[in-house]
Amino acid sequence: MSVVGRPSPHESAHLHVTGAARYVADDPGPPGTLFVVPVGSTVARGRIVRLDVAPACSLPGVHAVLTIDDIPGDRLWGPIRHDEPLLADGEVHYQGQAIALVVAETEAQAWAAARAVVVEIDVEAPVLTIDEAIARNAFHTEPHTISRGDLTGAFARADLVISGEERIPGQDHFYLETQAALATLGEDRTVHVSSSTQHPTEVQHVVANALGISNHRVVVAVPRMGGGFGGKESQASPYAAYAALGAWVTGRPCRCWLHREQDMAWTGKRHPFLARWRAAFASDGRFLGFDISLWSNGGWTVDLSGPVMDRALFHVDGAYHIEALRTTGRVCATNLPSNTAFRGFGGPQGAVAIEAAIDAAAVWLGLDPTHIRTMNLYGDAPRNETHFGQIIEQNQLPRLARTLQESADLEARQAEIRRFNATSRWRKRGLAFQPVKFGISFTASLLNQAGALVLVYTDGTVQVNHGGTEMGQGLHTKIRAVAADAFGIERDAVRIMTTQTDKVPNTSATAASSGSDLNGAAVARACQAIVERMRAVAADTLDGTDPATFVFANGRVSIPGGPSMAFGELARSCWAQQVSLSSTGYYATPGITYDPAIGRGRPFFYFAFGGAISEVEVCGLTGEYRVLRIDILHDVGDSLVPTIDRGQIEGGFVQGMGWLTTEELQFDSAGRLLTHGPSTYKIPSAGDVPTDFRVDLLRNATNDKVIRGSKAVGEPPFVLALSVPGALRAAIAAFQSDAHPPFLTLPATPEAVLRAIERIDDAESAEERRVS
Amino acid sequence: MSITISINGRNVVLRDIEPTTTTLEWLRQSGRTGTKEGCAEGDCGACTIAIRSPNAAGCSSWRSVCACILPVAQLADHDVVTVEGLAEREALHPAQQAMVDTLGSQCGYCTPGFVMSLFEATYRTDLTDQARLDDQICGNLCRCTGYRPIRDALETVAGTCPHDRFAAACAKAAPTAGPVDITHGEHRFLRPTQWSALFEAVAEHGKPPVYVNGATDLGLWITKRGEKWPLLVDLAALPELGRLTHAAGVYTIGAGVRLSDLEAWAKDRLPIVARMLRYFASRQIKNRATVGGNLCNASPIGDLPPVMLALDATAVIRGPLGDRRVPMSEFFLAYRKTALQPGEVLLAVEVPEPPAGARQSAFKVSKRRELDISAVCAAMVVAMDASGNVLHARLAYGGMAATPSRAREAEAVLRRAPWTAETVEAAAEAIARDFNPINDHRGTVWYRARVAANLLRAFFDETSDASTPALPQRPVGTVVIGGRP
Repeated sequence: MSVVGRPSPHESAHLHVTGAARYVADDPGPPGTLFVVPVGSTVARGRIVRLDVAPACSLPGVHAVLTIDDIPGDRLWGPIRHDEPLLADGEVHYQGQAIALVVAETEAQAWAAARAVVVEIDVEAPVLTIDEAIARNAFHTEPHTISRGDLTGAFARADLVISGEERIPGQDHFYLETQAALATLGEDRTVHVSSSTQHPTEVQHVVANALGISNHRVVVAVPRMGGGFGGKESQASPYAAYAALGAWVTGRPCRCWLHREQDMAWTGKRHPFLARWRAAFASDGRFLGFDISLWSNGGWTVDLSGPVMDRALFHVDGAYHIEALRTTGRVCATNLPSNTAFRGFGGPQGAVAIEAAIDAAAVWLGLDPTHIRTMNLYGDAPRNETHFGQIIEQNQLPRLARTLQESADLEARQAEIRRFNATSRWRKRGLAFQPVKFGISFTASLLNQAGALVLVYTDGTVQVNHGGTEMGQGLHTKIRAVAADAFGIERDAVRIMTTQTDKVPNTSATAASSGSDLNGAAVARACQAIVERMRAVAADTLDGTDPATFVFANGRVSIPGGPSMAFGELARSCWAQQVSLSSTGYYATPGITYDPAIGRGRPFFYFAFGGAISEVEVCGLTGEYRVLRIDILHDVGDSLVPTIDRGQIEGGFVQGMGWLTTEELQFDSAGRLLTHGPSTYKIPSAGDVPTDFRVDLLRNATNDKVIRGSKAVGEPPFVLALSVPGALRAAIAAFQSDAHPPFLTLPATPEAVLRAIERIDDAESAEERRVS
Repeated sequence: MSITISINGRNVVLRDIEPTTTTLEWLRQSGRTGTKEGCAEGDCGACTIAIRSPNAAGCSSWRSVCACILPVAQLADHDVVTVEGLAEREALHPAQQAMVDTLGSQCGYCTPGFVMSLFEATYRTDLTDQARLDDQICGNLCRCTGYRPIRDALETVAGTCPHDRFAAACAKAAPTAGPVDITHGEHRFLRPTQWSALFEAVAEHGKPPVYVNGATDLGLWITKRGEKWPLLVDLAALPELGRLTHAAGVYTIGAGVRLSDLEAWAKDRLPIVARMLRYFASRQIKNRATVGGNLCNASPIGDLPPVMLALDATAVIRGPLGDRRVPMSEFFLAYRKTALQPGEVLLAVEVPEPPAGARQSAFKVSKRRELDISAVCAAMVVAMDASGNVLHARLAYGGMAATPSRAREAEAVLRRAPWTAETVEAAAEAIARDFNPINDHRGTVWYRARVAANLLRAFFDETSDASTPALPQRPVGTVVIGGRP
């Protein structure tokens, strides 16, 4: 029986639970390893007038204090635009920007010395918010616009026109393992870097460039990450470079590892967005037109902000077909950490406003928001073309919505909620349906490629190397299933190796939910190449049969009903007959194109779909609330490993719920992060998750484009969490007797909910109404 | 100058330890890297280990604690189990196996901590309801799974008490914590077992020492501010501090009582204490934090001070010259300043039984329900005479002023007035005159003021049916009742 599609524990679970799983920060390095600590700016913007490292150099244990002048190679890096100095170059641009590096015997000595570095800065007024950036014309990018249909006509025809403004919050990744790297020098000017990164190839490039050496002298290895979520896609690179610089200058191995406080204060986060929108509806709830402008807070450098904005623009439509839609987006430049990739990559931020618009329209029109959401879903042609001109193929939305609404008993529960609300003064309940469509592929098309190297040994065991990194998402578990299935052997006979740039070169980041699509296909191709060779040997060995008739299953290679041999025995035969038992594999996604100049193309290989229904109960005295029940139906195609996919769906939802509810990033007026630890920055805890949490995978949803009919799963479920603020808005409206939509700011903390109930912020919501 | 700790069944001698070396630092530096650092502030639980502590039955139990903020010197003479010590050769401990089976680990970094919380749960016989199950793992953060599988794993193992070496250890009394006196450079750590030894050392030192017991707050001074002290005195081995007694209408709660023990004890005796402790920190923190630590810290956002104010408790203070008593209403003098003189120790709090038939409740409002610091917390005790007029009113708040404080204007409005919705409305409005709260990242002035008044309204409503209403298993918020339509 195939191991693909079967439940499996996580491939490293036995190591996780015994403490034996090794992370970069667990490796103390060889004897003599030094510790590198960056000296972070305590000013958000200004000119360095004095930088004196001498007091630090004389402290015990200090080997070196490095500044930008000590960087032998390229002082700048950047995943897209080459705009980020590794160490401050006369100016500082955010609180936490690395000014110097202290290299010392112990971590404590390094931190003590970091405090002794004298930095004097002429302070300038920082730009912190999107509003300030707009007012001061501080942008990283030009506006990008996508437009389709007759917007003027749609608004003229509408029965209801409303407008609004949403401030969409940022989010700290809060991966449990903070940024970490260990660099060791080898012979002949080579460097080995062990890095907690989603993008070993980029770390390789940044390290090589900073040291002024060629790529083939740098090996980057990723054993595993203690969480990534996008936060280690680009932003692991500088910390790896710091470790490498320390090693290069001192000749000793060097570690760099951030404490939580520094990690939160210094590294980039999910981009906060501002959305200003106008929406046109027909009286029956048809969504006629949507005009939405987005601004994101990019922080001090561009990092990945451009493609993050692009993905936001591709997802302003949510799951809905709207005839006339115009959207434009621009990245603001501010004096904050450079905001970066975070699960969803702008898609979730893009999708926030349309749901607020639908909820508001439902109140004005006296309709059920679920009715409006369902009737406006993408459907059959011509209602299957996005605003950027891509046809949504294999659209599962209508079926998924219908199935979920039935299985969640939506109608009966809504009636029950109405009864409850009629008899309860200080408690109200609300429920919301949230459909999701999410485009899968890197929006930078050339990144959609992957490689693999598969090695079969003569005892029939297999090592698989591929370009993807394991950060907990279960990529290795899926890949192991794919490889085991290709050879027809047990999962335990396959080991997934540490991701290393000397095994598979020129890889893309493990990001954009694409890990198993791309690397799975590359691994399958590598396995297939070996299988073909083994078939030929099997045919020779077992009397010249047609090689194609051999089946690889249950650890044996056989002709159905005929002779067979153990997989290991065949591997030995191959070796004995001088047949290669290793192969590379390569895969590139075909047919992805997008022209930003005209806002048209096919940026996604396919779309993933999902739906959630969340129910909440709210206390009108304190604004506290509880999510009572969650129902999710999600489309993962034919699941490669259903237990892993369920974990991604549940985990993504809860992470999204945290973003929209309790996770509040607060900076002071000088640009200092106030909420820089779990005592002040509250990600969900176990009690926030309802015990009634029903997750199901959409059946009969084979994706004919991807390996084994599967679909990517990392990011799409995150967006399902928009059902929680939707349910909150419904409950809040139940406290209010008038027909004016409530205005709920995000994150929906208890205070935000109480303010919405008492209409404290309504003046800012700028709703306008025109019913013809 | 050495201490001995039993780590995973083996005695380990630690020599020349700095008094501020945390248990997590020491574990990781000694190669035991299974235990992780996620925050170094006791808020994520990735560093959770278990220690064997005395329990009420005279035996001992495994308690989960945060290694990141626990000075390792305090573990002298303790039995410690880390994630590396659970499996028996190839056989995983049930807590580990359950996490594998439910896919409770994804990235795996929080997993050792969860495993240790599940380890404690395996031997707890009182994890019989949702509320306690929630509490058991609220001190562990996971960013990957969404917790559902971890809860399933917890429910699989909780209270199963397998007959293994860990259960066998619990049948025995916990090891006696003996005296410790170690010096590293200019820093001394002292754990006296006699009060005379304590005060002699303090007198000899000449300057006020720093006292520690649970270290759940002091640990952060170490990890976040890098502080060291010339004389750090661990109070944990002193006699009398652990008392929990009831005599002559007075409950005496030793200042060294750990909050998880207090929570269990108070349930049927002082229900508002237990109710406040329900959403007080996490299991790991409550297993170390003490009554005395929470009160002497005198934080305006501490959760026990309002309860003790509302209960008219008295502080019993011990100094070299003997004991003295200070009413709790005179204990908190200013921001983080108490009536304790330098060198004095809070010995106990004495809590009189509340007036017969008194209505009592406690509230805590925070951004996240579990393991969060309150924006506003409150404890209220109101008693009426036979005709329904208020005889006794205590409305004590945290988060509203520089010290934990009573709302005296509002209390005055209540006193001698009939206990009606109208009176309560007038008192709720008076709360605005009692406090000038501040804006911070936990709440705005508007929110604090609004919630402070609303909690009094809630108190009136929820005590109309039961004089001391209990929180349901999974309450929506701090307020129990939904109000009549």
